[in-house]
Amino acid sequence: MKTRNYLNLLVCVLALTTLVTVGCKKKPVGVTPLPNAKSGGQVGDLPPGGILPGGENTGGMGNSGTGTSTTGFPAGPGHAGWSEDRAALQTETVYFDYDSSTIKGSEKSKIENVAAYLKSHGSAAVKVEGNCDERGTEEYNRALGERRALAIREYLINSGITPDSVDTVSYGEDKPAAPGHNEAAWKKNRRGEFVVLTAPK
Amino acid sequence: MKTTTKFISIITAAAILSAATARAQQEVFRPIVKEGDVMGFTKPVPITVSGFSGEVEQVLRFDLEVQGFKLVSDGTPQYEVVGSNAGSVQARLSDRISKTPIFSKAYTGGSLRTRAHALADDVVAALTKRKGIGQTKIAFKVDTGAASEIYIADFDGHNAHPVTRDNTIVAAPVWVPGRLALYYVSYKLGNANIFRHDLGTGARSAFARYGGSNFSPAVSPDGSKVAMILSKDGWVDLYVSNTDGSGLKRLTRSPQDESSPCWSPDGQWVLFAGKSGERRVLMKVSPSGGEPVRIPTSGVSNPSEPEWSPDGKWIVFTSQGSGFTICVVPADGSAAAIPLVEGEDPSWSPNSRTVVFARRTGSGRVLSVLDVFTKQYKDVSRIPGGNSQPSWAK
Repeated sequence: MKTRNYLNLLVCVLALTTLVTVGCKKKPVGVTPLPNAKSGGQVGDLPPGGILPGGENTGGMGNSGTGTSTTGFPAGPGHAGWSEDRAALQTETVYFDYDSSTIKGSEKSKIENVAAYLKSHGSAAVKVEGNCDERGTEEYNRALGERRALAIREYLINSGITPDSVDTVSYGEDKPAAPGHNEAAWKKNRRGEFVVLTAPK
Repeated sequence: MKTTTKFISIITAAAILSAATARAQQEVFRPIVKEGDVMGFTKPVPITVSGFSGEVEQVLRFDLEVQGFKLVSDGTPQYEVVGSNAGSVQARLSDRISKTPIFSKAYTGGSLRTRAHALADDVVAALTKRKGIGQTKIAFKVDTGAASEIYIADFDGHNAHPVTRDNTIVAAPVWVPGRLALYYVSYKLGNANIFRHDLGTGARSAFARYGGSNFSPAVSPDGSKVAMILSKDGWVDLYVSNTDGSGLKRLTRSPQDESSPCWSPDGQWVLFAGKSGERRVLMKVSPSGGEPVRIPTSGVSNPSEPEWSPDGKWIVFTSQGSGFTICVVPADGSAAAIPLVEGEDPSWSPNSRTVVFARRTGSGRVLSVLDVFTKQYKDVSRIPGGNSQPSWAK
């Protein structure tokens, strides 16, 4: 390809026109750290996986890496080993509008039911699973699903549930409840589900 | 090669067809979204390839067509490859205009496919001065509905094999630059966590298992840092840490979500998809912190999944409108974004010329390889199930 000097000429213009402040300097409102937010780094290795036969070169042209260490963070996730009950709160699945993590008025009573359940089962915790329809790129949807789970979690905390007993997970578009490629399926897939967690006896 | 630097806007597919010569119409390519003399965007270079058969011929055709060439069977284009694959693979590349042979070679070691890829690479290197992509690897996700696994394959999808058999959900494999190693997300331990997988030994170690979700890893060009998306502090934000997990730093603080980080080739920026108000935008931020800076993507909507080209000149990304479109924009923002073809989740080849991407079909996603500057693309060999989230080894 030929050198394209005009690209360089416009660098200054770019710098002047694209400085957009997106950070939030205000004190965060409505945000509650997850359990074990300050720990839980490199623990819980998986069993060995596959190798690339023959150790072939990948053909890449990148720089050589600096290697990694296996030293890890000291603590693991909070509810590892707890048993999961997907049926108890199955009827309380919360549904969302397209590309939105706002809790709709019609869905609030469901979360309040979940809060009441947790208060009457004092030792239980809950995992909130955020899901999306397929209209989004995969990693965007993974972020959106997490945002939905966090919105539900925040509502639970505001309803008096302790932050330590609400976990979140996002499956993005990987776990559709309905398989179709139309609004009837999509509206069922934009959802947050509740899984009751019980400590091992 | 056109040198016009003005953006010449849309010419319809019909105009392209009518402008094309009869010999070009014999080649069946997928519909081209746009064509024009845009910053190096060119017509494919016609070439004749004769004397080969079977797999060797198929490999040559695939490799050359996704690297800016158009194989023609009549007429007398400037370049000509004549050879055979009886016994060893032999070939002579010559220039009909200057009437000079450019090279004459025989290929012996390895499989027939390897020899054909090596020949294609030599043709590409001789005529374009770029290193070819014929012997490069990709990693990708294969979704069978019940579960998904990570696969590694040649860039054209051949020689594919799974490197996970966890029967869970996996996502977003990325290569460690210059290493036989991947980072990816696995739900094997119950949540979305990031793991490192050494492809030489098979050893796998947890990299990020914070509370909430841990996803979208991206390894810095020098291999020393990983950018990722975490929700541990209650918002979906962008973080970076050293590869041993130390030095964790939060780079955004936004109630909106960030997604799909990647690195500039000089390691000075982490590029990601974020939001400005309700609008989806691309932004970059220093890995040591500071205010994010917007990357202009005028002309297209809802950008996500950016990847910076290894030569630093381009950013390829997915635009979402009524469907998904692969787009490129100069990394310095000096021109409007250019839509290329329908598809999503693009990843650059090491030579900054080609991208592998996923496109949706009636039977789920397939991977395809796109020659950015001619907009020619061809589907790669498919593993049963949805094939998506490709990452090209660099």
